[in-house]
Amino acid sequence: MTTSNAPAEGALITAADFAGGGPHGDDPDIRGKFGIFGGRYVPEALIPALDEVARTYEEAKRDPEFLREFDHLLRTYAGRPTTLTDVPRFSEQAGGARIVLKREDLTHTGAHKINNVIGQALLTKRLGKTRVIAETGAGQHGVATATAAALLGLECVIYMGAVDCERQALNVARMKLLGATVVPVHNGSKTLKDAINEAFRDWVTNVDHTHYLFGTVAGPHPFPEIVRDFARIIGVEARRQMLELTGRLPDAVCAAVGGGSNAIGIFHAFIGDEGVRLHGYEAAGHGLESGEHALTLTAGSVGVLHGARTYVLQDDEGQTIESHSISAGLDYPGVGPEHAWLKDSGRATYHGVTDDEAMQAFSLLARTEGIIPAIESSHALAGALKLGRELGPEATILVNLSGRGDKDMGTAMKYFNL
Amino acid sequence: MTNPTLAAGAVERHLRARRDTGRGLLMPYVTGGITPGWTDYLRAFAAAGADAIEVGLPFSDPTLDGVTIQRAGDTALARGASTRRILADLSGVPDLGVPLVASTYYNLVLHDGPEAFCAALRRAGVGGLIVPDLPVHEADELTGAAAAAGIELVLLASPATPRPRLAEISRRSRGFVYAVSLMGTTGERAALAASAAELTERIRHVTDRPVLLGFGISTPDQAREARRHADGVVVGAAVMRRVLDGAGPDDLRAFLATLRQALDQECD
Repeated sequence: MTTSNAPAEGALITAADFAGGGPHGDDPDIRGKFGIFGGRYVPEALIPALDEVARTYEEAKRDPEFLREFDHLLRTYAGRPTTLTDVPRFSEQAGGARIVLKREDLTHTGAHKINNVIGQALLTKRLGKTRVIAETGAGQHGVATATAAALLGLECVIYMGAVDCERQALNVARMKLLGATVVPVHNGSKTLKDAINEAFRDWVTNVDHTHYLFGTVAGPHPFPEIVRDFARIIGVEARRQMLELTGRLPDAVCAAVGGGSNAIGIFHAFIGDEGVRLHGYEAAGHGLESGEHALTLTAGSVGVLHGARTYVLQDDEGQTIESHSISAGLDYPGVGPEHAWLKDSGRATYHGVTDDEAMQAFSLLARTEGIIPAIESSHALAGALKLGRELGPEATILVNLSGRGDKDMGTAMKYFNL
Repeated sequence: MTNPTLAAGAVERHLRARRDTGRGLLMPYVTGGITPGWTDYLRAFAAAGADAIEVGLPFSDPTLDGVTIQRAGDTALARGASTRRILADLSGVPDLGVPLVASTYYNLVLHDGPEAFCAALRRAGVGGLIVPDLPVHEADELTGAAAAAGIELVLLASPATPRPRLAEISRRSRGFVYAVSLMGTTGERAALAASAAELTERIRHVTDRPVLLGFGISTPDQAREARRHADGVVVGAAVMRRVLDGAGPDDLRAFLATLRQALDQECD
């Protein structure tokens, strides 16, 4: 038994992983800004709560006991580390480039969301709060939050757009089974953005005993930083595993981008590796020209949504435009401010993948490798197929397979007429 | 401009002058563009004894608003309301003798750019601006643009605001200090929140600027009680519920007259 502050032997994550710094600055400034992006555009009533979350998080990430507990749950509960999987048959369609998947679909609850949720649920305990609220689009963050709340004995309320409740009925049932209350949101477009509005309204009312367990790297400071740090384990593991598996770093890292948490999670450990291209894939829905898409970074403009200055989809009057994607998890007209910053700095590039392209990749991975991916992750797979043809057979491409596709079977049955 | 309610600093001067006569201040709210002839509500408000009028510029994602103001905003947007059209409507309204204060979320300000946005408010005869999702530490870029255009940027204080912030908010606010009576969204409540008195008390310690209490003040009794602590009240959801239910300018004039009377009684 050791009493030192050193991390346990072979710890997945260490204090150094939360230390910030690095060639691109990495951590937001004191006002929570990444360049001009981020910040806190929220009602005054929430500022003290955000200060408290930030302060508590700063202490927690330096506390070896907190890190040990996080590490322990990632290992024994979430099922980390997740493996890498070579997908040679799938790669044949990518011009022979070697595609390697980071298997976040194999975590408990079936998506990368569990990493952030465990971290923030532990933080909730540390804040002395007894209730968590969360928004959810595809339902994955809601399920993950309900799971962590059950594990740690927290009351849990999930806000979900009424449209999403319908297209993700299975996840609604899972959340209920886990003891959460699911509140369908009937305002606006009845999707993720409206669920977030409603969660903010709950938070400002119940902030004394409630933590808003934000599900993506968007929202007011310090959420973009906290969610990133808890999702960062994906890239930390994958970078080490790629070196073990291939003896070198990948030529490119691909991830789907809705709010951007799985993408930041896998990108972040590679930001200092200049030779590694970072590619984010947004939902192009029915295509840019159709106007029915979620191309926030690719086709949006700078604005303020849900507490942060970032790229948003807005009309020429400044009203938020309803996004569209076949994947509920990418159906969001905003994006995390750090992605906005990575885009403007040129360190990462962002592209669109249509519903049809994503569904083809979805089906292809199932048939060639026996893995049914989430439709969200299928956008990254489709992107990797294109990128592979571009980079040629010598290239190695790491793809974040952020979630599994069981939840999407309803959509798949309809799309493929199964 | 010859109109005294439009001169720079007029909102605060006007409210201070009225307060100093012992009058309880009344600022009713209307969502711009809610009906085809919505500016008639402004005339009715002025006639009912409003001391300032808040005009909401609707936004698609009003995170601080409860169901009534949300519905009002959605209704106005569905009718084709926009910042441009609402300000054009305001330009056609003759001087009402009371200052106009616009309120909206920051994306609409940023969309036009703070300078252009404030200049457009000014041209439309608006003197003040409330941006509920712009806390004091994000307000720098708008503060300068507002001051340059002669727009008084009103800052909000909440029951959770600690004292040093409260002092900063009170110092940097213009026009008045908007005291948010409770932890929550806009909307009618059964009673005035207990936090209202304490917050107002704390603000008074750090400023002599007019203090208006808002959020959840919907009846004459609540207005009377609010007046005991603050210089006046903001009434939004109670007005907009009636408007959404089909009440016309005359109905609202009658309703606001009951609030006016309650505020006047308190100072007797």
